[in-house]
Amino acid sequence: MERSKGTSPEPYLRIIGVTKTFGNLVAVDDFSLDVMEGEFICLLGPSGCGKTTLLRIIAGLEEPNTGKIYQAGREITHLPPRERDFGIVFQSYALFPNLTAAQNIAYGLQSRKLPKEQIAKRVAELLEMVGLPDVGHKYPSQLSGGQQQRIALARALATSPGLLLLDEPLSALDARVRVSLRLEIKRLQRRVGVTTIFVTHDQEEALVMADRIVVMRAGRIEQVGTPEEIYRHPATPFVADFVGVMNFLPGYAGPTPNRVRCGSLEFQCANPHDLAPDTPVMLTIRPEDIRLGVDDLSAPNTTTTRVEEIEFLGSFYRLMLRLDALGDTTRLVAEVSSNRMRDLKIEYKSTLSIHLPPSLLHVYPAEMSGIEARA
Amino acid sequence: MTTPAISPTIPRPVVDRRIRRQRVRQRLGRDEILRRALFVLMGVWLYLFLIYPLFRLLIRSLQNKEGAFVGLANYAAYFSSATTSASLRHSLNISILSMVITVSLAFIYAYGLTRMTLPGKRFFRIVAMLPIFVPSLVQALAFIYMFGNNGLFTRIFGLNIGLYGPVGIVMSEVFYAFPHALIILMTALALADARLYEAAESLGASGLRIFFTVTLPAIKYGLMSAAFVVFTLAITDFGAPKVVGGNYDVLATDIYNKVIGQQNFEMGATISTLLLVPAMIAFILDRLVQRRQVAQITAEVKPLAPRKYHPLVQGTVLTFCILIVIFILSIYGIVIVGAFTKYWPYDLSLTLKNFKTFYVAGAQHKSGALHVLGNSIQMATGTAIFGTAIVFISAYLIEKGRGLRWVRSVLYLLSIMPLSIPGMVLGLAYVFTFNDPSSPLNRLYGTMAILVISTIFHYYTVPFLTATTALKQLDPEFEAIGESLNVPFYRTFWRVTVPMTLPAIISIAMYFFLNAMVTLSAIVFLFVPGRELASLAVMLLDDAGESAQAMAMSLLILVTGLAARGFFYLLTRGVERRTQAWTQG
Repeated sequence: MERSKGTSPEPYLRIIGVTKTFGNLVAVDDFSLDVMEGEFICLLGPSGCGKTTLLRIIAGLEEPNTGKIYQAGREITHLPPRERDFGIVFQSYALFPNLTAAQNIAYGLQSRKLPKEQIAKRVAELLEMVGLPDVGHKYPSQLSGGQQQRIALARALATSPGLLLLDEPLSALDARVRVSLRLEIKRLQRRVGVTTIFVTHDQEEALVMADRIVVMRAGRIEQVGTPEEIYRHPATPFVADFVGVMNFLPGYAGPTPNRVRCGSLEFQCANPHDLAPDTPVMLTIRPEDIRLGVDDLSAPNTTTTRVEEIEFLGSFYRLMLRLDALGDTTRLVAEVSSNRMRDLKIEYKSTLSIHLPPSLLHVYPAEMSGIEARA
Repeated sequence: MTTPAISPTIPRPVVDRRIRRQRVRQRLGRDEILRRALFVLMGVWLYLFLIYPLFRLLIRSLQNKEGAFVGLANYAAYFSSATTSASLRHSLNISILSMVITVSLAFIYAYGLTRMTLPGKRFFRIVAMLPIFVPSLVQALAFIYMFGNNGLFTRIFGLNIGLYGPVGIVMSEVFYAFPHALIILMTALALADARLYEAAESLGASGLRIFFTVTLPAIKYGLMSAAFVVFTLAITDFGAPKVVGGNYDVLATDIYNKVIGQQNFEMGATISTLLLVPAMIAFILDRLVQRRQVAQITAEVKPLAPRKYHPLVQGTVLTFCILIVIFILSIYGIVIVGAFTKYWPYDLSLTLKNFKTFYVAGAQHKSGALHVLGNSIQMATGTAIFGTAIVFISAYLIEKGRGLRWVRSVLYLLSIMPLSIPGMVLGLAYVFTFNDPSSPLNRLYGTMAILVISTIFHYYTVPFLTATTALKQLDPEFEAIGESLNVPFYRTFWRVTVPMTLPAIISIAMYFFLNAMVTLSAIVFLFVPGRELASLAVMLLDDAGESAQAMAMSLLILVTGLAARGFFYLLTRGVERRTQAWTQG
């Protein structure tokens, strides 16, 4: 690695109070974020959450209403795109169809009036770097989608920009190519060390690639954190629901900060909530965190359920569990490995004991979740 | 899962209250300054040669001979009696009748060519396009040779159809507008979704029922669009009514007679304004219809293959198409024969004389027909080159610009407006603007430049829309990529946009060239002796009774048009061959 990470307190990119409206629609709402040099940031959110608009504002392709943006200590808020220092890759690749792969990569180098040999050398180097040393003479239409996207990446990196902006670059690709390319982009980014902002609506992509994820919703930041933080400790029900699969159990805050009532059951949680007793809440747990087939039914957070549906998903099963104590509308989703499935002899309509570990339960006030508890 | 490379607890920056209040304005880069300068140039260009002349025309219609403001007195005078306002009634009658006949004929023809398994479709299509290559007055002339008092048909069958007047005008307009309607209807009919027909058949619907419940609803916008186009062509045409109209005045000839015959400019301006109204209405309706049509064809469709109909239907439609082809070909046959004949129909001996001597406005031009043709080709070439460049760059700036939304939509509206302005109106408006000694623009009057500019504006809209459509098909992020790599926009324009849209650019140039070769209405007020154009010469020769020479001139226009079409075809083929590498999948 070429740079020292994390030692400098100065952020490489600083976004302060950026707001952008289109007519009555607030696309980006008072957005602030510091990005360290060499960091790989994912802007994650559903479509229309303002993540692409924010990316375009950073690039200077959109003008924000208010806010300030600093890059490498220099204010760039007012600069037109050409005077900024970034490379960009779009979902559509936007490769120039009438230029060969090599000419595409050389496009930004040529305007720098570099000698021909130097350009050729750099192009060869970049083709090598993206693992396509032999396609320089080909036109984009002669390349596969994955190859085109790698050329687009090489073109964006050709001029060694300080900031790499990626706007859903993998969305147009086949699932298989997507999986291999996301690792490759990550590896490439590590190698080059370029500060990167990656926009995606695919939570899996964000979890795999990012150093830090910024979850956005309706133009605002919902949570910023490492993939583990986002997944393990979602700050809001929205994040919990958007990243991964989450069970939501409606209930009420119990008499002490560590207790929650759901129907006729009472659960203990390790993380205390600061809600007044009887406040409506949502109790959440990940499907893989539910422990199945426990022996001691008298232990806390343990109850019996009935298996209502079994989905076979190859390496594991997904179960839909019904808790009589929670009424007719609430179901729990649990995941179980094939081995465990056999050991526990789980079948359709069989009874199954479950345990919800207190440390993996989260409690949110009910009014905070814009989302309904899923049946 | 990745190990976090950075400490996860990076605090978010604190927002100063001032930042929330301060409105951000991006500084203008060099690119943006150039872009805006070009917008200003475009605005000046549109103002000078479109808005301002029309404004002058409108003002002139509110003045008397001495130039004093008289309000609507001229309009009152026009509508004062049935005789003075006859031209408006005539124009509407002619245009509506032409519209109904043309759309009906073109529909059957288009239906046969797209939905039926007829032999020789390619031939039928090519022949039907011929009327595009000659001015409307040429078909009118040919009709005189055929159906006039001494026409071939009239003498052989002893039957005079009373050509001079509404009959002749409607016939000419139908002939002239036929290919325009045909193109629109064939496109509409070709877009059919086979799945709808399969569904209708599986539900047991009869052929007639399918036609009324599936075919007609699907092409209704095409039919409306074709109707508006024919109506506009007919109501704005000057050439045909000038030649076969006789005493039956329509708006276009009325303007001409008032201005050229009586030097009554204020009445010319008044009638021009009146002509503008129906043309504008047809234009606006057509825009509304087309917007709906576009929305309709976005869905994916399974194309409908042509099929064999009942032999009786098949035979009838085939006969119909053959009759139309014979009719078209015989009209051009007449032009060829007439061009090489001494004095139709009295002395049918062959001669080349018609191409050599040449009378215009009473004066003999030694240089002959080829000299006039040369003028036309020069004008058409200028129109093609400058028109294509201006229209394409304008469309690019409007379509691919960032920001300035308001400015861009105004410029867009102004750029599609010329379609609603009849050539006569534009020509007269230019007279008021440029034939004014007190104006600095006066220097343009009587130059080739003004002829080129008026022709560019007369035919501005279709190329503009073609360019816009072609540009819309390019990835909208090309410009952003160029900017991110610090490449000026004009470089990306030249290296990517232009090569990618070359086929559209060529077709724009061809459209300008072919139309410039046949245009008459806009330039009839703008020419100066010595700079006659071919289509104008046809009119002047016909006026002077030199119909054999008019025929010779017409033939030259037709041949030039066909040669130009061939040239552009080869050009497109060449470009396609060169660009094959990028376009193969």
